[in-house]
Amino acid sequence: MEARRRRGHGIFSGGIAWSDLHPGTVAAVVFLLAWPSFTSDFFTFQIGAYSLILGTIALSLMLLAGYGGMVSLAQLTVAGITAYLVAILGDNSVGVMGLGWPWWLTVPAAILAGAVLGALIGAISVRTEGIYTIMITLAIAVVSFFFVRQNYVLFNGWTGFAGVEPPTLFGIYWRDPVPFYYLSLLVAGGFFCAVAYVSRSTFGLGLQAIRDNPRRMRALGFDVALHRIFAFFLAGLIAATAGVLLVWFNGRVSPGTMGVEASIDILVIAVVGGLRHPIGPFLGAVGFVLLENFAIDLIDRERFNTVIGLVFLLVVLFSPDGLLGLWNRIRPRLRFDRNARPVAGRATMDAAGQPASARQSTS
Amino acid sequence: MRQFIERHTFWAIVLVLLIAVFLWLVFAVWPPWLVAAIGRKKTFVNTLFNGVTLGGLYFLVASGFTLVFGLMRNVNLAHGSMYLLGGYIGYDVAEASGSWFLGLAVAFLVIALSGALLQVLVFRRMEGDDLRQTLVTIGLSIVAADLMLAAWTGVTYQFAPPEWLFGAAKLPIVSAVKSSGDAVYIKYPIYRLSVLVVAIGIGIALWLFLNRTRVGMMIRAGVNDRDMLSASGVNVQLVFAVVFAIGAGLAGFAGVVGGTALSISPGEDIRYLLASLIVVIVGGLGSVTGAAIGALLIGLAEQFGLAYFPTYGVVLTFLIMVFVLAVRPQGIMGGR
Repeated sequence: MEARRRRGHGIFSGGIAWSDLHPGTVAAVVFLLAWPSFTSDFFTFQIGAYSLILGTIALSLMLLAGYGGMVSLAQLTVAGITAYLVAILGDNSVGVMGLGWPWWLTVPAAILAGAVLGALIGAISVRTEGIYTIMITLAIAVVSFFFVRQNYVLFNGWTGFAGVEPPTLFGIYWRDPVPFYYLSLLVAGGFFCAVAYVSRSTFGLGLQAIRDNPRRMRALGFDVALHRIFAFFLAGLIAATAGVLLVWFNGRVSPGTMGVEASIDILVIAVVGGLRHPIGPFLGAVGFVLLENFAIDLIDRERFNTVIGLVFLLVVLFSPDGLLGLWNRIRPRLRFDRNARPVAGRATMDAAGQPASARQSTS
Repeated sequence: MRQFIERHTFWAIVLVLLIAVFLWLVFAVWPPWLVAAIGRKKTFVNTLFNGVTLGGLYFLVASGFTLVFGLMRNVNLAHGSMYLLGGYIGYDVAEASGSWFLGLAVAFLVIALSGALLQVLVFRRMEGDDLRQTLVTIGLSIVAADLMLAAWTGVTYQFAPPEWLFGAAKLPIVSAVKSSGDAVYIKYPIYRLSVLVVAIGIGIALWLFLNRTRVGMMIRAGVNDRDMLSASGVNVQLVFAVVFAIGAGLAGFAGVVGGTALSISPGEDIRYLLASLIVVIVGGLGSVTGAAIGALLIGLAEQFGLAYFPTYGVVLTFLIMVFVLAVRPQGIMGGR
């Protein structure tokens, strides 16, 4: 047992053995892998893949807000600009730009540019702290939206770009529902594990410590601004990759893709899902997409935003930790987890973060 | 002033030269080479006036925003919605009663009341939790935008200002001289000029209110140290409610003023929220003087950007924000 743990240190500094895997995790993985086999194309593509993409963008926000304490409203801007870059560098059917680069050049270039953009946004917004971040990133998001809307030379203004296609590779057309679902699942799952890993890494622990007390960390000799900017870079990487999937999913990109309402939707998804654990954004995304598709049966389609806004308000007012917080509050009462202790609020975070940091320091 | 000249002689000279060039640009008849280089003088002067009046409008919106933030550390992201709601309500009242001024007054009062209610019913419950308060205002703005769309639909409304504010004034600025020797004077809408006058008036009134009245003194004390103000026996909650009411009321007031100068339609809430955000980031959060400077800068940048490089106009605004953040993160007049 001890030997297995030590071997685990190489990959996960927290040290995870197979026996640590919760049966629920295994069930979730199997369920996600099997999803396309028992659902229709609509559920695979419009619900499944779309939730995964939105969840991944919200995951990048969760990384920043949950671990770094920086709520950025510009993550969708990063995804949107990356989507634009895919259309600009690769092919589109509009006749503006479309440099026609091959996909293996376009995609990495766009993702890298998106990540650098994310880092730049971070560099601008970490000049100030706390509540200012949300204002500055919101301003950046709105300015970018107006910019791509009024610029016709590069971004083709109001209309944007259409006819952006993923490549056909290994004889598979990647926009078909099932391959696209697995592609999204791969990206989402990969980043999910990456974020879970980062949260236990030295960098992630430093970031969380900076969130809790930047002055003390500065006094201890940590470069606070650099940690924050690097977090923005990582989040940019995640959002940019999701942006590529987003433009392949829609087949088009327009200013509306990165509009203010859409940016706020990402915030809603992350907050409603919960910012304390990487699974939160995905829960929020599934809820959001289901509501978006089926609210039409419950209420007038036109009033979708009211419903979303009210749900968001209720969550912020009554369960600041989102659905995850709600779950943590209910779980001890259900009593099917014998070891569950009644933890709530920030204590949840400490309970999860403390053992990880303890293990970290002993290694 | 004298000290400044003695200390920074070089910059004082540069400043004087800049002012001289600016005055010459405004009042002189442009020689042909200048017209060839940057276009007609009429465009320049009109853009200048548009920028200044838009700055006045932005000041009306942003001063409330910055006042609320300075005192309560509460970023009210529903401020744009309050602007838009003020515009709609003012329009309905003005249409029904036939009096533009009644519309203005009702918009101010209703939005002020809604602001006070928001403070009393919502924000008081989560005091000290900045992020949650901000998230609540985001939620409110989503719902408000959607409900306003339902109530007033997507139509663009345009107010009619009172008769005597209608028409154009001849400015004592010569744009060109005809071949016959007659001077062509520049005309500018009276209403827009009066927006500027109102903005300056509100600015002075706010300054007097904050610096010369007892309540203003309490507010300034609260900005500096909220807990100490409360400990010295002032009902801080009441001060908060008053400030929130004034801040929100100004947004509603600006909604009617701005709706008359330009127009009101869905999406304007985002525009004015952006304007308020950038104005206070540039000017410094919590400072009314900073809001005035920031509003003027942003108004001019937006109009000149629109007139001289249309597809990159917004970038100018953005660059100003980035520049200020890089050089002076707390904003031009912000102190920390």
